[in-house]
Amino acid sequence: MARIIVVTSGKGGVGKTTTSASISTGLAKRGHKTVVIDFDVGLRNLDLIMNCERRVVYDFVNVIQGEATLNQALIKDKRVDTLFILPASQTREKEALTPEGVEKVINQLAETFDYIVCDSPAGIEHGALMALYHADEAIVVTNPEVSSVRDSDRILGILQSKSRRAENGLDPVKEHLLLSRYNPQRVERGEMLSVQDVEEILAIPLLGVIPESQVVLNASNQGMPVILEEQSDAGQAYDDAVARLLGEDREHRFLNAQKKGFFSRMFKGG
Amino acid sequence: MSFLDYFRSKKTPSASVAKERLQIIVAHERGQRAQPDYLPQLQQELLEVIRKYVQISDDMVQVEVDRNDSCSVLELNVTLPEK
Repeated sequence: MARIIVVTSGKGGVGKTTTSASISTGLAKRGHKTVVIDFDVGLRNLDLIMNCERRVVYDFVNVIQGEATLNQALIKDKRVDTLFILPASQTREKEALTPEGVEKVINQLAETFDYIVCDSPAGIEHGALMALYHADEAIVVTNPEVSSVRDSDRILGILQSKSRRAENGLDPVKEHLLLSRYNPQRVERGEMLSVQDVEEILAIPLLGVIPESQVVLNASNQGMPVILEEQSDAGQAYDDAVARLLGEDREHRFLNAQKKGFFSRMFKGG
Repeated sequence: MSFLDYFRSKKTPSASVAKERLQIIVAHERGQRAQPDYLPQLQQELLEVIRKYVQISDDMVQVEVDRNDSCSVLELNVTLPEK
């Protein structure tokens, strides 16, 4: 049985696509056959983050409308051979993602893949609802900032009322909190909500904390899922999150500010 | 206020202000989410009925549903104008 995971947030720009790219790459790296689907029709970006933008021939909407087969549209990742990308359409209307069409594609993917990761668009409109509808699990990406936390709570309400699991009275969607752009220094100075604050407000289990890091931008500049930057703090934090998603018990890291030594203070201006 | 207090006094950290504001708004929005869909229409129709007898404004009727484990209570608050 394939596990269907939606990466969602409500708010835009919090790191959904970065997270989708890294989580799917991490699952595939561990040998699970994984597909990541871009649901952001009209504003596709997963292809750029995964460095396959020049290999897109057919897309999700082409498959729904019968203009291409699923195999024609799936792009095989060049770095991890159990990873596939299904790009969004850049030219169609959002409504081209019909509930029946999406269901057909997901069911077909579920026959051969272990994991289906759905990269949701921002907002709570059609595209976002389509992305979360089939989910068994949800990774709610949140920044430690008021509007993001509020929107995350809103999307949790939607998962609990409008998902397939909710509508059919099945077990609820399993929710995970992924806190990204976390800056321990600012938390220590009382300028930023802490992990504990956000956990307390949203009251869902914590999957991981991704520290705010220059590496994330560097990686996206190059079309490299940040989890493949194995030496970096953000890359390792994503790797921990994938391990936890697979049931491993890993301690949370990068939660505290690193104390700067005397010399780095002297020469880097504190 | 002594001279030293100037250095000691600290404003409330903004993160705790954020947390407090979030706790309030999130609790409020969750409360609304749990309300049944028909509530706004029920409130509107109640207003119309009451207006047949007494002139009241929109905000003078409050309708809420409180859910306990075993039963739900429809709470209706009507403020009548002073004569």
